[in-house]
Amino acid sequence: MAKDMKQTQDEKNLAHMEVLIGQIMRIGVALALAAMLIGFVLLCLNPHANTQPFPTRLSGIWQGLITWQPLAWMMFGLLLLIFTPVLRVVVSIFAFAKIHDHLYVAITTLVLLILCVAIAYGYHAH
Amino acid sequence: MVTQTLIMLVTGVVAGALGSILGLGGGIIVTPVLTIFMGLDIKYAVGASIIAVIATSSGSAVAFLKDDVLNLRVAMFLEIFTTLGALLGAILSGFFHATVLYFLFGALLIFQAWNMWQKLRGSKTETVLAQSDPLAEKLELNGEYYDKQEGKTIQYGLEHVPGGAAVMFGAGIASGLLGIGSGAFKVMAMDGVMKMPLKASSATSNLMMGVTAAASATVYFFNGMINPVIAVPMALGILGGSTIGSHVMQYLPARLIRKIFIPVVLIMALQLIFKGMAVF
Repeated sequence: MAKDMKQTQDEKNLAHMEVLIGQIMRIGVALALAAMLIGFVLLCLNPHANTQPFPTRLSGIWQGLITWQPLAWMMFGLLLLIFTPVLRVVVSIFAFAKIHDHLYVAITTLVLLILCVAIAYGYHAH
Repeated sequence: MVTQTLIMLVTGVVAGALGSILGLGGGIIVTPVLTIFMGLDIKYAVGASIIAVIATSSGSAVAFLKDDVLNLRVAMFLEIFTTLGALLGAILSGFFHATVLYFLFGALLIFQAWNMWQKLRGSKTETVLAQSDPLAEKLELNGEYYDKQEGKTIQYGLEHVPGGAAVMFGAGIASGLLGIGSGAFKVMAMDGVMKMPLKASSATSNLMMGVTAAASATVYFFNGMINPVIAVPMALGILGGSTIGSHVMQYLPARLIRKIFIPVVLIMALQLIFKGMAVF
């Protein structure tokens, strides 16, 4: 009985953590949206930038960001968007750790590791 | 350029709204529009499509602070298999000729239509598994959710966990290879194989699609397959569309939407296959 009560409490804590995950997701999506909109507005102001090749490496995107290149800001926004689901995985690890669910801390960490391998592969194989 | 941007924006809104309503990735609408109507290289279409999947998933995620129907443990456990599959699929996509992609995508759309047809014909009463796999118990996969339509809490157990995991691996490969969310496969694994209730399956699939797509999206991003001029207006449209869609969904009869959707999906499937054949 005591174990059941503890379990119910843990599930309530998980539900609470899921609301927190939702809030963090909103911030992530808002940041991606902002960067894409900045790039989009910059492109409307300078349509000729469209003819230039778009940057695909982090260094090129960074260079473009500090010089207000429209395509670089758009690529940055897309990259942030791609990372929003990864953000959810990262926050979920902390959520499971908070309710002492060690099995799911391990499982979610494994998912994050596979994602990291995929991202590293994507960056180096081209 | 203005026309193209407008088309992408509108396509995005439609794809996002329909994607979140139907529990699909949205790529299923974006890819045909890009390849058939705009004549884009399928590589760019696949890149834009994977962005569509992530935007639909994240857009629906932020529509509500907490989705009470989804099962976070099931999502994360099965995500091991989909992300592994997605990585393999993205690696394989470098070795396949585009023609193969047309056929694969066409076949997938036909499968999609067939799947929806089955759902329409299927019995309306959902059976819930009371007993479950010992593995499901060990992994704490069994769950419950409050069904707003039925006005009660539904507790469910899962079975055939290894089978579901295997289908998820296949869904991951399809996702990486074709730049789709493979929501249909994911729902099939949870609802069909593991006997998870349909609503819980769809909501969990929506979360998983984004994570799986993120694995292959970075590969496409750094390979230059994601063109910002195409992807950004579309992503902006989708974020808006999917937020609207997830709210509107609660007031729409799903059966009606499926009925409209089946012929659309079939026509697009045939068009893609014909396009693939024209290359020979």
